[in-house]
Amino acid sequence: MRAIAILAANEFLDGLRNRWVAAAIVLLGATALALLLVGSAPAGATRASALDVSVVSLTSLSVYLLPLIALLLAFDALVGEFERGTMLLLLTYPVARWQVVAGKFCGHMLILFTAVLVGYGGAALGTVLFAGQGVLGWQAYLTMMGSSLLLGAVFVALGYLVSVLVRERSTAAGAAIVLWLIFVVLYDLGLLGLLLADHEQRIGQGLFSILMLFSPSDTYRLLNLTAFEAVSQAAGLAGVAARAGFGIPLLLGLMFLWVLAPLGATMAIFHRREL
Amino acid sequence: MAEAGGTQTAIELAGVSKHYAGKAVVRGVDLSVRRGERMVLIGHNGAGKTTLMKLMLGLTHPSRGSVRVLDADPATAAAAQRRAIGYLPESVAFHGAMKGREVLAFYARLKGVPVRECAGILERVGLEQAAGRRVSTYSKGMRQRLGLAQAMLGQPRLLFLDEPTSGLDPTLRRQFYDLIDSLSLSGTTSLTSSHSLNEVEGRADRIAIMKNGVIVACGTLSALMRQAGLPIMVRLRIADGHTARVAEQLAPLGELRRVNDHGVELSCLGTTKMILFRRISELGEAVEDMDVMPPRLDDIYNHYMENAQPQ
Repeated sequence: MRAIAILAANEFLDGLRNRWVAAAIVLLGATALALLLVGSAPAGATRASALDVSVVSLTSLSVYLLPLIALLLAFDALVGEFERGTMLLLLTYPVARWQVVAGKFCGHMLILFTAVLVGYGGAALGTVLFAGQGVLGWQAYLTMMGSSLLLGAVFVALGYLVSVLVRERSTAAGAAIVLWLIFVVLYDLGLLGLLLADHEQRIGQGLFSILMLFSPSDTYRLLNLTAFEAVSQAAGLAGVAARAGFGIPLLLGLMFLWVLAPLGATMAIFHRREL
Repeated sequence: MAEAGGTQTAIELAGVSKHYAGKAVVRGVDLSVRRGERMVLIGHNGAGKTTLMKLMLGLTHPSRGSVRVLDADPATAAAAQRRAIGYLPESVAFHGAMKGREVLAFYARLKGVPVRECAGILERVGLEQAAGRRVSTYSKGMRQRLGLAQAMLGQPRLLFLDEPTSGLDPTLRRQFYDLIDSLSLSGTTSLTSSHSLNEVEGRADRIAIMKNGVIVACGTLSALMRQAGLPIMVRLRIADGHTARVAEQLAPLGELRRVNDHGVELSCLGTTKMILFRRISELGEAVEDMDVMPPRLDDIYNHYMENAQPQ
């Protein structure tokens, strides 16, 4: 436990030193603020509050941003230390290999947590306090923050898996970008294409919904857009949500599985690695 | 002597082999290092020195044979075991954005050593002035010192130093070995690898010479010299007119070569050395001057590199 805490603290301090934390806070805070301020306009006629509406737009944005930030943090985590030669020394210390992975994970999650809390949280707080918006819909907003963090965790774990599998940093960077493209852009495009090509509706609604569960970003979307009725309405997804019929526990469970599976695989591969 | 459990032995390797992708990097190595001993591993690049150290550090597992370090298997050693070991990897690297002091504090925490001890160690390696600077601004020598500083954390009982002085200038090199010597005075066992015998002369209790993954010779420096059986070169200056007589007298004792009218060079084995000296002194006034050149350390090294047969 001690070793994990030391490694996590080191990773977090490193994030502060090289301005990763600051950059992530500014990025998330600025986009959230912009969307919150713009979000009050379309809210006018509907029953949704500004926070509810902004959950919809922030969800669509987070689905791109958080995986990107998470992968950029994570791709270097192991391969970078191998390449620099610092891993060799670290492993002669009283630290188990799984603790190295766990410690880095905790440190990187602390960075993401700080960025989401200060960035998203600060933007919402600012809107509520100074722009005279109601606090209606804060539960949905908090859920969005929590699930965004979970989405980040998924991609930190996937980034580690890349980092432990390749031999060079540059390969890891490339693989991370490909991973991002596949899970965040291409998979959805594929689904969309499938839907469009399927004139005769041979693919049923059920199968389509299940296909969505194979992508962590879609799971994240479903989680946020269907969790609260007000948000669903703002997103115009009420119908989809009702028909998809996935409960929150299933969606949450899937997200956790997306974190734990790559993380466990990383530990197992790292454990067997000869140095 | 060694009690049950071998508490007098710091390192015990028996028949250790290591293959990487079917290629043998270390072959059938037996090595035993006593507690408090300064053992030096000498060998060419790729001789298997680093691999041998990694095996002893538990970073990789032997394909065959057994490795015991401080009476435990290093691959499964408990945390307490690892705390007793210090390691300076070859061309050590640190996170450049961290300050020297921060780097050492990080390693101290991991090792469970009070961070307040770091200042003293930094002073000991001569980095107290640079402790507040980023490691990326450090010179090669300073990085090596920081590397040694982290290896010294918590007064280790066993030190592994992988080519600690490669790339250092001669002054730094001497300071470095002085530091290591002062550690071994306090009872620390050390295993140091190096390219050069010259560098470790007087700094090693025993020397093991590695070639292509095999230890081809192991012993004290004088034992290695004896074992190599390299000739001693004796150069004589001979008084006018005596050259022929001197040459005739000494020829049976070694390989003789006339340099000029006044000079004779004779190479003889260590075992006949004293007979030769007596014979020379019997020659009296005929020999005006004498130089004795023992085999150079480089010659000894080259001898083992060129002639040693894998066991």
